Amino acid sequence: MSVAIAFEKARADGRAALVGYLPAGFPDVDGGIEALRAMVDAGCDVIEVGLPYSDPVMDGPTIQAAAQQALEQGVRTTDVLRTVEAVAATGTPTVVMTYWNPVERYGVDRFAQDLADAGGAGLITPDLTPDFAPEWVAAADARDLDKIFLVAPSSTDERIALTTAACRGFVYATAVMGVTGARDATSDLAGPLVERTRRATDLPVGVGLGVSTGDQAAEVASYADGVIVGSAFVRTLHDHAGDRAAGLAALRRLTEDLAAGVRRA
Amino acid sequence: MTTYDADAQGWFGGPAGATTPGWGGRFMPEALIAALDELDTAWQKALVDPTFGHEFDQLLQNYAGVPSMLYEAHRLSDHAGARILLKREDLNHTGAHKIRNVLGQALLTKRMGKKRVIAETGAGQHGVASATAAAYLGLECTVYMGEVDTERQALNVARMQLLGAEVVPVTSGSRTLKDAINEALRDWVASVDHTAYLFGTAAGPHPFPSLVLSFVRGIGDEARRQCLELTGRLPDAIAACVGGGSNAIGLFAGFLGDPEVAIYGFEAGGDGVETGRHAATISAGAAGVLHGARTFVLQDEDGQTVESHSISAGLDYPGVGPQHAHLAASGRASYLPVTDAEAMEAMALLARTEGIIPAIESAHAVAGTLRVARERQGETLLVNLSGRGDKDMGTALEWFGLGRPDGPEAGS
Repeated sequence: MSVAIAFEKARADGRAALVGYLPAGFPDVDGGIEALRAMVDAGCDVIEVGLPYSDPVMDGPTIQAAAQQALEQGVRTTDVLRTVEAVAATGTPTVVMTYWNPVERYGVDRFAQDLADAGGAGLITPDLTPDFAPEWVAAADARDLDKIFLVAPSSTDERIALTTAACRGFVYATAVMGVTGARDATSDLAGPLVERTRRATDLPVGVGLGVSTGDQAAEVASYADGVIVGSAFVRTLHDHAGDRAAGLAALRRLTEDLAAGVRRA
Repeated sequence: MTTYDADAQGWFGGPAGATTPGWGGRFMPEALIAALDELDTAWQKALVDPTFGHEFDQLLQNYAGVPSMLYEAHRLSDHAGARILLKREDLNHTGAHKIRNVLGQALLTKRMGKKRVIAETGAGQHGVASATAAAYLGLECTVYMGEVDTERQALNVARMQLLGAEVVPVTSGSRTLKDAINEALRDWVASVDHTAYLFGTAAGPHPFPSLVLSFVRGIGDEARRQCLELTGRLPDAIAACVGGGSNAIGLFAGFLGDPEVAIYGFEAGGDGVETGRHAATISAGAAGVLHGARTFVLQDEDGQTVESHSISAGLDYPGVGPQHAHLAASGRASYLPVTDAEAMEAMALLARTEGIIPAIESAHAVAGTLRVARERQGETLLVNLSGRGDKDMGTALEWFGLGRPDGPEAGS
């Protein structure tokens, strides 16, 4: 199921979609599934399952630490697919966010097939750009999987055209020049980037820039089709590491706050 | 240009997914593509700009001590039963071939109008070279170094600091070189408008492998000329150690068009490839993507990078430059592991026979060459002595039990 459905539904409601991220296997595989399901229950429209990787160059300390914890506990690529299957079963479109080497190692075609079989919608690829992705594009197109590539404030208009032409599902706008992580200040680069992206495509544009509160979500939702939240969810789980029930409750509260935010833009 | 060069997208041996799988490319976040394109453009312009070429040559000559000599190692040759020639990159300013690369990249930085450079370093050699070039050209310099390495190489940390660089210990992941690269890339994403990344080896995303080669290829061009002058013919074989692979590709590039010259790259075999504790990426790794390039990578079944091990911090890297992957896959060059013990034995041997203490990295090349010499008796073997061993005295002290007047003697 493409994420397009979730974006269309949000658009019909006159609001932005809330896209929530957690790495698989954090705090452990089953705990991660439970957390992601709680985020679905509390109002996430799209789920991103992160594939923990040893060398996450685009991630800040919060997501790095969670991924490292997952890897130290022995999380495998197959656990990520199991997580996707469990979350996608809720009917909420679920994509995997992954650095490229684990997919190449698994086998691009085999990964695409197993992801499709698990009910996954597609892939977000932070270190794979369309000009180096012919194998993935072919494997995804053969199975109608979403291909979500990133645009950045430093992207030229030519690059934005090339990238959006290769996207399916939505376009991921990284609206700060920097790694992932919750930020207090909003970015003055985000609005112009979304505008430039819109000129190139009719696809929905999701924005990731370190949103962690409903107010920030409302602000981003005023100009974007989707608000992407990652580090804030990870940090919430991390802050309640000793008490799973409290962690899930806090995760629900955060999701509700963000979901209310995307509705009051 | 030979067929061993990269195409415009940075592919060695054709794009991935073609009938012949390619090596290299650019597997990078979109946020850094503009900076890599900017660097590529500035470099292409510099390559054909005689002013840049002149400035670079002058700097190498008057500041770095280049061209380094080609030295005939008579007593080592007697020991080996082959004629051994050493390319003395250990005599360069800062003690290794790395000064060539950083001076080239720092000059480019000035031309791009950027005021700050960042670098990663393992043992500290590239960090020291970067800090040196930054000091010489008046650039701000930040060096990322794994916390484990800052402890192992405190002397080099002090050198960088004395040269005015900021050294940032990296506490993420395995806290070694690969994590220092990750952290430098994270800095770069956020600072790219005013900062250049001085990449330390001929690896990483396009254009770095080709760009670094263009600055270090003098090693091979000089060695080829010097060998012809000295012996009247080309060597039968050439050899270098391979971590990321910049000194090796610099030497090899001068001889790729000479099919009669055999090429050997010696990787860090650590405790022995069979133990799993090594850094022999080509000998024992698998194809994958690391730090922006498709190459050989030490990785597990799921594509997670595996930690490498070597007594030589400069070879202790789980990836390798993509052009080496291409040379290995195409059969043009042979890559073989050399263990810690073999390298240390060669270090002592070179010290005793020639009065030259090599870097442990370079000692791998000497050890491998001695092995090759057994099958190439009487032939001429040219070895890149990429660095000097001053920085490695702590390791040697421990390995050989040196430092006490009545202590054991190395190599005995």
